Amino acid sequence: MNIIEAYDLRKEFDIRVRAGRFKRERRTVAAVAGVDLVVQRGEMLGYLGPNGAGKSTTLKMLTGVLHPSGGRVSVCGLAPVPQRTTLARRIGVVFGQRSQLWWDLPLRDSFELLRHIYRVPAAEHAARLRRCRDLLDLDAFLDIPVRQLSLGQRMRGELTAALLHGPQILFLDEPTIGLDVVSKQAVRGFLAELGAKGDTTIVLTTHDLADIERLCRRIVVIDHGRVVHDGTIEALHARYGSQRRLVAELDEVPATLPDLPGVRLESAEGGRLTFAVDRTAPIGTLVSQLTATGVLRDLSVTEPEIETVIARLYRHTPAPR
Amino acid sequence: MGFITATADRLTIRNFTEMASLIRTLGASGFRRFATYRQATVAATVTNSVFGLLRTYVMLAVSAAATAVGATAAGYTGPQLVLYVWAGQGLIGVVMLWGWTDLADRVRSGDVVIDLLRPVDPVFAFLAADFGRAAYAMLTRFAVPMVTGALIFDMYLPHRPATYPLFLVSVVLATVVCFACRFLANATCYWLLDYRGVGMAWAVFSGLCGGLFFPIRFLPDWAAALLWFGTPGPSLLQAPLDVLTERDGWPVQLGMLGVQAAWAVLLLWLCRVVQRRAERKLVVQGG
Repeated sequence: MNIIEAYDLRKEFDIRVRAGRFKRERRTVAAVAGVDLVVQRGEMLGYLGPNGAGKSTTLKMLTGVLHPSGGRVSVCGLAPVPQRTTLARRIGVVFGQRSQLWWDLPLRDSFELLRHIYRVPAAEHAARLRRCRDLLDLDAFLDIPVRQLSLGQRMRGELTAALLHGPQILFLDEPTIGLDVVSKQAVRGFLAELGAKGDTTIVLTTHDLADIERLCRRIVVIDHGRVVHDGTIEALHARYGSQRRLVAELDEVPATLPDLPGVRLESAEGGRLTFAVDRTAPIGTLVSQLTATGVLRDLSVTEPEIETVIARLYRHTPAPR
Repeated sequence: MGFITATADRLTIRNFTEMASLIRTLGASGFRRFATYRQATVAATVTNSVFGLLRTYVMLAVSAAATAVGATAAGYTGPQLVLYVWAGQGLIGVVMLWGWTDLADRVRSGDVVIDLLRPVDPVFAFLAADFGRAAYAMLTRFAVPMVTGALIFDMYLPHRPATYPLFLVSVVLATVVCFACRFLANATCYWLLDYRGVGMAWAVFSGLCGGLFFPIRFLPDWAAALLWFGTPGPSLLQAPLDVLTERDGWPVQLGMLGVQAAWAVLLLWLCRVVQRRAERKLVVQGG
C-alpha cells in the first residue's frame, strides 16, 4: 500500500535579481521540477541530492509546510497542505539543523509538552518513552535543559520527540549532521531497528552516504529538482559501471597475468597488483588464476564507494535550461 | 507496544478538558521558561523600579502644580498618580511591552517550520505560553515594584472591592492585546525578514499610546478618544491602570474592559489571518 504518492510535484520561487543600478527583475527559480515519488508503507527510503537539489523543499511539501506550485501529492491518504494539522499527528519529522525541543526546559518537560500537544494517552506515551529511553540511553540527561545537551544527546532527544506520538512516517532531514562517530552509530542503530520492524515508513535525507548504505535498500537521487535515480544501491552501481578493486600481494610478478573480460590491471607496484573488476566480471576465476601462480601472499577485495558513484551521478546530470 | 497508533484523526475538539489541559501545559511551559532566567528577572525588576522613582517625582510635580491652582492632574490625585506609575512599571513586564522577538527570530532562522509541523495553531500555542509567562511576571516583575512604590510613597489603594477582580480581568485582556500586537509586529518578518525597524516603531508606539510615558487622559478629549477607539494603544496599559486607580466609576471601568475585549478579539482574528497569509507565501530560511 502506498503511503506517499507524489506526481509531477513542483515548487517554484520568485526571486528578485539586480538588473541595473536601480532596476530589479523578478525571476522564477524551480526548486523542484516535476518529482514523481511513490513510497510503500514500511519502506525505508534514502533521498539524496547535492546542496540546492530540492531535497528539503520536497520534504517540506510532503509535510504540508510548503505549498506546491504544481503536481499532485498525498501523504497517509491526506493532502498535506489543506490537512496539515491532521497530517502532523501521523508523521514525525527530525531536522538535523533545527530543534523541536524547548530550549530552556529539561528534555523530560519537552516530552511531556509534546504528549499534550499530540494528545497522546499517558500510558501510550510512557510505553514509547520507555522504549526510546532503553534504545537511545536517554536516562542520563532527561532532566537537563536542552540548551545544555551535547549535539549527540540532543539528536537522540529529537528522535524520541518525533516518535512519541506514534507516527506512520518518519521524515529525517540530515539527522546525523555534525555528530561524532559514536553518536552516529547510536542513531543509525536505532533507525535500523525501527526500520526492521517495518511498521514505520522512514524517509531519510542526508549527505552522509554511510547512513544510506547502512539503512536504505532504495534510494532516490534528485538533482536540479528532478529525480535522476530511483532504485537500489546495486542498480545505481550497475548503471554507472562502478567497479570493485582487487588487490593482490605477490612474492614476484608472474610472466603472464590473468586476462579476463571485465578485468583490467590498474596498477602494479612491485608485487602489489591492483585490478579494477566490473561487477559482472568473474572475480572467482581471477582469484583462482592468481592462486595458481603459486606466489600469492595476500588478497583483498574492496567494494566501490557509493560516494564515488554519487559524485559521478551528480556530475552527469545536466542543469535544466 | 509498537510505535504506531496514530491512525485515527482526533483533531476535532471533542473534549474541552483536553483543550484546557493543553492550555494549562503550554502556560506552565511559558512560566517555567521565564522562571529559568532569574538574574534577568532581577535586572528587569530593578530597572523598572529605578525608572518608577524617576517617573513618580515627575508625576508628583505635575500633581503639585495642578493642586496649586486648585485643580487635579487630569482627574488623578497625587496618590492615584503614584499608583498609576508603579502599577504601570510593574505591568511593563506582565504584558511584555518590549523584547519579544520569538516569532521574528524563528522566521529568520527558519525554525518556524517546526511550529507548522505541530497539530496546534501557532497563534494559539504562542498565546497559551504567553499566559504562563505573564503569570510569572505578575508574581515577580509586578509584585516587587508595587511593594517598592507602596513603601516609599503615599500610594492610593483601591477602595471598591470589585476593582480588584476587574483589574485582573483587564490585565488578562491587556496581555492578550499586547501579545496580538507583538505577534503582528513579529509576523512582518515573514515578508521583511528583518524585525528591527518594525520593532523600533512598535516600542515608540506602545510607550506613547499605551499610557506608559504619560496618562492618555493628559491629552485633549478628542485625541484620547482617537487613541482609545482608533488604536489598541490604551488597551495595553491605560485601561488596567485606570481601572486600578479608580479614577472613574464602575460603568466606565466596565466600558474600558469592553473596549479591551473588542480589541483582543479583533487583533487575534487579525493574527490568524496574517499567519495564514504568511503560511501561504512561506519561504523557509536555510533550506
